[in-house]
Amino acid sequence: MNFFDKFLKIDRRYIFILVAIGVVIPLVFPLGLAVTVSPPVKNVYDEIESLKPGTPVLVSVDFDPSTEPELGPMTAAVLRHCFKRKLPVILMNLHPGGPGLALAISDKVAKETGAKEGVDYCFLGYKAGGTAVILSIGRDIRLSYPADYYNKPIDQIPMMKNIRSYSDIGLVVTLSGSTFPDVWVAYAHERFGAKIAAGVTAVMAADYYPYLSTGQMIGLIGGLKGAAEYEKLIGVPGNGLKGMDAQTIIHLLIVLLIILGNIAFLLMRRQQRRGEQTRPSGA
Amino acid sequence: MNKIVTLLAAWLVVGAAAVFAADAPGGPAVVEARDFPNDAGGSITVSWPASPLETGKDFKAYEVHRKGPGDAAFAKVGETAPGELTFKDEGLQNGARYEYAVYAAATGQAPANLGSARATPRGQWYNTDKTNVLVGIVFVVGIIAFFILRAKAGATLFVRKIAGLEAVDEAIGRATEMGKPILFVSGLSDASDISTIAAMTILAKVAKKTAEYETPLIVPCYDPIVMMVEKEMVREAYTEAGKPDAFEEDSVFFITQSQFGYVAAVDGIMVREKPATNFYMGAFFAESLLLAETGAATGAIQIAGTDRVTQLPFFITACDYTLMGEELYAATAYLSRDPLFLGSLKGQDWSKAAIIGCLLIGTVLLIISVDAGTWIATLFKTAAEGAG
Amino acid sequence: MRREIPLAICLIMGVVMTVQFFVPHAASQWLFDNMMKWLIIIAIFALMLGLLNLIKIHTQKVINRRKDWPYSIVALVGVVGTLITGFWGIGADSPFMVLYNYIQIPMQATMFSLLAFYIASASFRTFRARTFEATLLLIAAVIVMLGRVPLEKYLGGQWLPDLAEWVLDYPNMAAERGIMIGVGLGAISMALKIILGIERSWLGGGEKG
Repeated sequence: MNFFDKFLKIDRRYIFILVAIGVVIPLVFPLGLAVTVSPPVKNVYDEIESLKPGTPVLVSVDFDPSTEPELGPMTAAVLRHCFKRKLPVILMNLHPGGPGLALAISDKVAKETGAKEGVDYCFLGYKAGGTAVILSIGRDIRLSYPADYYNKPIDQIPMMKNIRSYSDIGLVVTLSGSTFPDVWVAYAHERFGAKIAAGVTAVMAADYYPYLSTGQMIGLIGGLKGAAEYEKLIGVPGNGLKGMDAQTIIHLLIVLLIILGNIAFLLMRRQQRRGEQTRPSGA
Repeated sequence: MNKIVTLLAAWLVVGAAAVFAADAPGGPAVVEARDFPNDAGGSITVSWPASPLETGKDFKAYEVHRKGPGDAAFAKVGETAPGELTFKDEGLQNGARYEYAVYAAATGQAPANLGSARATPRGQWYNTDKTNVLVGIVFVVGIIAFFILRAKAGATLFVRKIAGLEAVDEAIGRATEMGKPILFVSGLSDASDISTIAAMTILAKVAKKTAEYETPLIVPCYDPIVMMVEKEMVREAYTEAGKPDAFEEDSVFFITQSQFGYVAAVDGIMVREKPATNFYMGAFFAESLLLAETGAATGAIQIAGTDRVTQLPFFITACDYTLMGEELYAATAYLSRDPLFLGSLKGQDWSKAAIIGCLLIGTVLLIISVDAGTWIATLFKTAAEGAG
Repeated sequence: MRREIPLAICLIMGVVMTVQFFVPHAASQWLFDNMMKWLIIIAIFALMLGLLNLIKIHTQKVINRRKDWPYSIVALVGVVGTLITGFWGIGADSPFMVLYNYIQIPMQATMFSLLAFYIASASFRTFRARTFEATLLLIAAVIVMLGRVPLEKYLGGQWLPDLAEWVLDYPNMAAERGIMIGVGLGAISMALKIILGIERSWLGGGEKG
């Protein structure tokens, strides 16, 4: 086995070690790279900026702990923005793993911004049924949520008095690590005309560009970079901006590995062809 | 082919009629009150002509007054800003007659009466805004039905080779020769997901083969209802193969509905049991690469199929064969070669051809004239409920 | 009857809910509201079914001392323990939230983060410029990977992020849209076959009529 062959068949654990080093070093020695804002993220920011104070925003925390590192920072940034603009936030979950995260993030942001539960935000909790819940909110939110997460009747929550359905809500923001944004667009937007913005993991962001171009989604926050961009827009740095250094190093490492792998592959192929040419025929 | 063209033309004509029948811009000549269309009732739309007072700086608003059944006099129910010439009154009683009067209010003057009108709110039994959806459904269903009937009449329907499905027999044979089990993962979604149903169809075929060859089969399930269905399917497959006693109850089992808990368990099964063949069919999310890479590391031959576009690149890089998008849905037709399924597959393809045709026509029209291109786009637009 | 009744229910409800979509009348809305309530109730029972199944499988494993049965005890302790703490309370400082914040979240986040390592090793192992299409894929991947990190200062300006955004806005979106249309049509066809009883694999044991 020649050098190129050995290199191409290198034990994957060496690559894992390189990735680990690439993630840890920027977290210990930050690079402070500047982030520029992309149009899909700016659209979400501008939409929230354009809402009049007092216009409710429905934030659906539809992810579980596995995607929290990407989606948690953008959830916190969106909540901070809404509280700063005095937009009452209705928090809910369609994913069973979401309530704990929604509670943790909303409590933290509320403490920092002075937002009051029941007045500036309320937490409705998780309801099974996904599509059925989204459709029923189009008729009356009380069909799915007669009470909030703490079993307080929804009519006793001050901010929910005049909110019945999507026509009373200024924007729906779905933060999801799975296909919930498709369902929100297909039902809440197409059927009831609700405005939808989505925050998704980086790998899923590419999926939703068709919705952006048709206007079915007003904006999209994709991955940790999207979270970093939103944090930059609201001027409150968080885990999104912190993670960009590590993400940069890892992207560079993967590109380098791909380039080295292809160089080794091409050189090995050339060597093999030369070997075939110099070998006498019939041997 | 002629029938398809006729249906498409009919669709375009109906859509054009709907578009051109819309109200002319500029508002009515007199005050009008109409039942709000395409709703469950309880709403009336009032519209009126612009008042000459609107151009003056003292103009405040248009006031809408209503007199309902049992009301002695008119009462104000709403007002609109200058330029807004319509008002939607809601929460009314279906079947009751309401009278509306519209006034233009200006500071320092008595409100000017613009006129009055009557209307009765009613619920409709058909939403005319959804006619284009109905035509589309009729068209697609019609094409599918047409090709099913053709297939049943004995016509040969060509379906191109799908490498992933051709390799199923070879993959099962490999596992049998090596004396190792086959792992079948039917995705991380529930039984209502169409990709899960497609995966179950492939499992039925695989299970019949493993029953014939007595190859061990491992089917870890993400959803308990899917597990119950798949257990019955595999049991039936073993019975059809004439080996009901060879079916192991524990071969199809539920793990957890936690995404990464499920993946951790399946990865563990792969590393411990070292199956020779792995099938990944159905709905997959972020865990797809974790499954595929672990399987590749154990040296198994891997066949994947998913309609989740974001996961296709991971399966393509790590698996030997990948069914992309609709190829997964085509599995039933492809493996069974049944006329009913083949016919529906052809119907799908022709529906897609019709959509491509509309896209091309729309693109050409848009290049020639923005209005013409916008018109064809309007045919496909769906209105939100309550939009009127 | 075991197969005919579910098929009949599927046909009736499929047709009824399709017709309901086109009928705005109050009677149709009443039907829709009640169907949504039933759907939510069924989804909750499905969760219960999963839980009972999990407990049954692991209990049988422990009783019959099957392979790896000690791990089944761990699974049962986890399930029962979480259930009991959940009954105690689910507020911010409750034992339930402690379990969630210090066990559930780190475990799931760790599993997801394995992807970073696997992507690096899969990229190195399989991303080869073997054909023209594979080379195109490689170039697009490098552009988007470098365009999605804040390296504008070192790469001579905004051109790479703009190029990455263009790749996402046009070629990627066109391909996604095409696949979406195909998948959508496939879903219509599959749904039609299920409603009409042509596709019966979901009944378990058997394919078509």
